[in-house]
Amino acid sequence: MKISTIAELLEAEVLCGEELLENEVHSACGSDMMSDVLAFVKDQAVLLTGLINLQVVRTAEIMDMRCIVFVRGKNPPKEVIEAAEEAGIIVLATTERMYPACGKLYATGLVGGSVSTL
Amino acid sequence: MSEPVRFHFDVAGDNFASAGEASVKVKKLLRQLSMDPETIRRVSIAMYEGEINMVIHANGGTADVILYPDRIQIVLSDTGPGIKDVSLAMQEGYSTAKDNVRSLGFGAGMGLPNMKRYTDRMQIESEVGKGTTVTMEVFLPEAAR
Repeated sequence: MKISTIAELLEAEVLCGEELLENEVHSACGSDMMSDVLAFVKDQAVLLTGLINLQVVRTAEIMDMRCIVFVRGKNPPKEVIEAAEEAGIIVLATTERMYPACGKLYATGLVGGSVSTL
Repeated sequence: MSEPVRFHFDVAGDNFASAGEASVKVKKLLRQLSMDPETIRRVSIAMYEGEINMVIHANGGTADVILYPDRIQIVLSDTGPGIKDVSLAMQEGYSTAKDNVRSLGFGAGMGLPNMKRYTDRMQIESEVGKGTTVTMEVFLPEAAR
């Protein structure tokens, strides 16, 4: 799925990475607990979260993720967007809550993908 | 034999926002050295969790990453309060972190278990009131040695 499609499905605002929207991603995960993202994620390129601190960007960077979607209408501080921009990570913001946001993407073919078995 | 490559970082303890910067730097350095991607992933996740722990619990510390021909060693050292009961701290879900840390996406008792999970060897030396040193090693796959 193209990241531009994710933005359309969630009626999301693009906060940075506009030039990367045509990139394709194949799986996603949703979590507000970064330790769980670090524990269980493998190869998921999109992170949906309601947390809006710098550690979200750092976690995404460590996990090689391409796109962060802030849910529940959260408005991340400027330094979070700047850090994502520097890391080449696309940031979207939607007013959707976590469950329907994940549901819409899943129903349209963006699956959960593999789980880290380490 | 040449000396192994070594990276040293000071991890500031006063700023949660900067926690993890050293891990991201290590990840980039290992990439520049064309290390095996799965090894980079394991090293950077384990070190990131360790860095977060040092910032949450110990007011920062130091991080050293040493590249041996067959393995990568990460040594995280702090002069914090120490760990009273290491085996309890190793249990998934056990945490002494404060609520404000939880609201930042950490402190769910997954840090040390994650570090163990992503590394091949982990040793914790801790003395209450003195500090903690965590030494982790990730072995390189045969083909990458």
